[in-house]
This record gives sequence, structure tokens and C-alpha cells, in this order.
Amino acid sequence: MEKGEDKAHPYPNLTVELAGLKLQNPVMPASGTFGFGEEYSRYVDLNALGALVTKSITLEPRLGNLPPRVVETPAGLLNSIGLQNPGLEVFIREKMPFLRRFKPPVIVNIAGSTVEEYAELARRLEKVPGVAALEVNISCPNVKEGGMAFGSDPQQAARVIKAVRQATSLPVIAKLTPNVTDIVAVAQAVEEAGADAVSLINTLTGMAVDWEKRRPVLGNIVGGLSGPAIKPVALYAVWRVARAVRVPVIGMGGIMSARDALEFLLVGARAVAVGTANLVSPRSMLEIIHGLKEYLREHNIDDINEIIGGLEVPFPL
Amino acid sequence: MSLWIGEVVANFLVAPDIYRMRLRVDIEEPGPGQFVHLRCGLRYDPLLRRPLSIHDFDMDKGEIELLYRVVGKGTAWLAARVPGDKVSGLGPLGRGFILPSGKTLALVAGGIGFAPLFFLARKALALGNRVIFYLGVRSREHLLRQKDLAEFGVQLEIATEDGSAGFPGLVTDLLAAHLRNLRFDGIFACGPKNMLAAVAGLAATYSIPAQVSLEEHMACGLGACRGCAVPVYREDGNVTYENVCSEGPVFPAHRVVWKPSWR
Repeated sequence: MEKGEDKAHPYPNLTVELAGLKLQNPVMPASGTFGFGEEYSRYVDLNALGALVTKSITLEPRLGNLPPRVVETPAGLLNSIGLQNPGLEVFIREKMPFLRRFKPPVIVNIAGSTVEEYAELARRLEKVPGVAALEVNISCPNVKEGGMAFGSDPQQAARVIKAVRQATSLPVIAKLTPNVTDIVAVAQAVEEAGADAVSLINTLTGMAVDWEKRRPVLGNIVGGLSGPAIKPVALYAVWRVARAVRVPVIGMGGIMSARDALEFLLVGARAVAVGTANLVSPRSMLEIIHGLKEYLREHNIDDINEIIGGLEVPFPL
Repeated sequence: MSLWIGEVVANFLVAPDIYRMRLRVDIEEPGPGQFVHLRCGLRYDPLLRRPLSIHDFDMDKGEIELLYRVVGKGTAWLAARVPGDKVSGLGPLGRGFILPSGKTLALVAGGIGFAPLFFLARKALALGNRVIFYLGVRSREHLLRQKDLAEFGVQLEIATEDGSAGFPGLVTDLLAAHLRNLRFDGIFACGPKNMLAAVAGLAATYSIPAQVSLEEHMACGLGACRGCAVPVYREDGNVTYENVCSEGPVFPAHRVVWKPSWR
């Protein structure tokens, strides 16, 4: 055991509370970049994470989009997976038994093409042992129906969250898209509709062009951009939303290091999600958790909650 | 743990734009057709790892060999490595070729698709197979390791697109000509998609089981992100998607959907 550490009162304290969940640290995977945990369990002690977040689940299985589905761009990754997943039933039967073996809360990400589908998913997951919270994906840019279509309009977003809220007593996290004029309006609408937390940002819509072939690179033509390239956009969105809503914010978008995670905590995120970095290095989240701990120790900060929202601005914007 | 830091032992140009790298690593024994996923630099551009198929493995020295063509930022960074440099890698990853023993096999390589088939040839011979290696390249200066293959006891059949060595034309035309008289128990192929589709067609015509190694843009390499998924036929004939990284890169040729879209 390291100096100054005991099990009942770990030092420094990395625990954060979020939507009624107690997280042992504020670091979790971003949905879609961590599969269903199993794929990474050889490289990462899943028990070390703040929470486990699944890939999006839909009622019926989804095949996903035509290849190529990913392409690297400068300091970024453009993807158009298209919510490939085995569907709710297979998820409950084959993926949950593995996930519920671990200590961190399991946050199941759900996506629907109608409001009723979201509500149905929420109803059926309510009774599944081991499901700690729902993250509602109203921000996927890679599907024709649902996804971003709901998340880009405050009223539509609120309709989905309200339906989910009424269908479940589990904590509800709304995952928001940055592909809107005013993300604050969407965040306030989902808060009003009963969301217990918001997570942002999902990917930014983009495309890559093969100028020699005169064709789009992605099979789906367009995709969602993630990675270090989008971090400034994400920080700005989190900063604005965190000051405009009372519910906690899970910040994400290009977090590669503990330094990046600290930046998100400073602008007001209660927790952070790591996405693209998992695809680059499976141990990224563990390194980020370690880095946060080191930072707090070096600066004699007892509690990570002291950092959250601690950004000092020279003048109001 | 198959996440490691390897040390570059050698890295040299062997043909135009083609490098051969020896990397000292502590990994489990790879099979032919498996790959390693290498971080190409310490910064964010290039960002993702690059999948490189294993060209050879020396258990005694604890070294893997890679043969790669410089095509972009990632491989350019790799090409600039010198002995002593460190490279972060994952692997061996994926499902490789499944070899029989005591059979007559055709190995068909197109361009840099030669990389894994060299390793496969060596393993195939060790299992008592007879190996006829069809190698298609653009031009004679792209021919590699002919002497090594001859020493192993491989029968090498060369095709060059410019006619500068061997059969003038596509390697699949050479294979098609040979199939009229020769009988193979299996075909193993790696190369451009058009070549693999042609091999799959020939294999179907002559009812020879064939295994092909596919390529696709890849992100995690671990089967999590579904980024490298390709359409394949299920047993019931319906199409599904499987990951090149974790369910491939080697697939039975008859399972692959060769024309999934307007592409």
C-alpha cells in the first residue's frame, strides 16, 4: 500500500458522485470505443475504472454501415460504424453476465429510431441485474433515423429523455451532439425533461475525400470526427453547458492524457470519458487515472472534487 | 500481456519503397497470417496504430520480422527507425492461416501481400507440404527473397506486370493457366482485393478450399470498435459483418462478399 493510503479513506480522494452513482474515480470509457468490456479485459483491469460504458444497444441487431468505416485524419479519427450491435436480447443474455462481474457501475448506452424504442429499451433494461444507469444516445451522426435527429433539436431531445425517464427509475444520462447551433439549449431541455446527467460531446460530423479516386473515403460518405483534433470544441461545449445546468456533466472529446482530463474537470466536468485514446492504446484509461492521482499528490490536493469547475477566467465571457 | 515495447534490431530498404524490419520483442509465438499493431510515433499525428502482418518469427532470438511498403505518415515513421529505437506494439493479433500437412498447396501473393506468405511458406514446408509459390509484382526490382524461398524448397512461379521477369501479366492469370493441369489441395492468398477476388473465383471453379488475408482500415485492432468490419456470408447464406482484426484477417474465400457496394 502506498504512503498515506488506506482502503476506507483513499488519499488523494478520486471518488466523484454522478447521477446517484458513486464512482471510485472520474474516468470511464466513451461508448463505442470499448466494445462490451470483454475485448479489453486482457489489457485493462476493468475493476480499476470509474464506470463501464457499453457500446450503443438497439432493440434489434444492427449490421452497421458499409466499409471502410474508419479513416485517420490529422490528429483525428473519422468513423461511420453505424451502431453495429447484437441487439438488446443478445446483449442481456451474452454481454451483461460478463460486465456485472466487475465492481464499477455498468452504464448501458441505448439508441433508438423512435421515441417508443428508447422507452422500450429503458423498460427492459430496468429489470436487468447489474445495469447501474442508462446513457441515452441522441447524438449518433451515423444512422439515418434517430440518433442525431433527436439530439439536434431541444424539443425532440426532451421528448426522448422524458419517455426514458418515465420508463425507468435508473439514472438517465443524455449524450449530446455538438452538431447544433446551441448545445446549451439542448442540455437545458434534457435537464428539464428529467436527465440526471449529460455527457458531451459525441463526434463532430465530417467527411474525408480521396481526391485521386474522386470519391468519399468512408463507405457511408460521412462520419463522426473524434480524437485530439476535437478537444478545443469539446472543452468549449463542456464549459458552457456545465455553467448552464445543475446536473453533472461527463466531459469527453479528444482526451488522451491526464492533462487533457484535468482540462475537462477544470471547465466543469464531474467525470470524463476516454474514447479514441482506447483505440490507440488499450491502457490509456489506466494511465490517465494514474496521472490524475500523481497530479493531486504533487500539488497536495486532497480531493479531486476541488479541481472540478476550478477554471479561473480573467473576465466574464 | 500482448502489449509490448519492441527494440529495432535492423531496418533496411529491400526494394523500391519496401523495408524489412527486425524487432526484438517478448511475445507469444505467432502463426502465419497474424499481425502486430504498431504505434508509429509518440504524438497524435499519425494517431492510430498500423497493422503489419508478421513476415517471419525467430523463436531463438525472440525477433519478429516485418516487411512493409511505405504508403503514408505511419510507415514513413517506421522506415526512419534505426537499430536501438523502441516501437510500441500489440500482438500477435487476429486469426491466421490454418495449414494442413502433407498436401500440395498454392500460395498466391500480390505485391506486399508477399509479407505474410513468406512466413506461411516456411511453416507449410515444416508441416511436410509441397509449396508452389505464385508471386506477382509490378516489376523485377520488387522481387524479394527468391534465394531464401528456393533454399526452403519452395517452387517459385513469378509474374511481373511489366514482363521484366517470369510470366508477363497478372499472377492470377498464371495461376489460372497452371490450374488447368495441376491439382492443389489448398490455396492461400494475400494481396490486393481484386487479386483475392480472382483467386476466390478460381478456387470456386476448381473446388479448391482457399483462405484469403483481407485488409481494411483499422482502429483498435482488438475487435472492440467494429471499424474494420467487412461483409461476409453466414452459414445460412445471409450477410453479416466480421472484424478483420479479430475474426480475420484470414477468412475462407467463399465466405467473403467481394462486391459489397457500388465500389
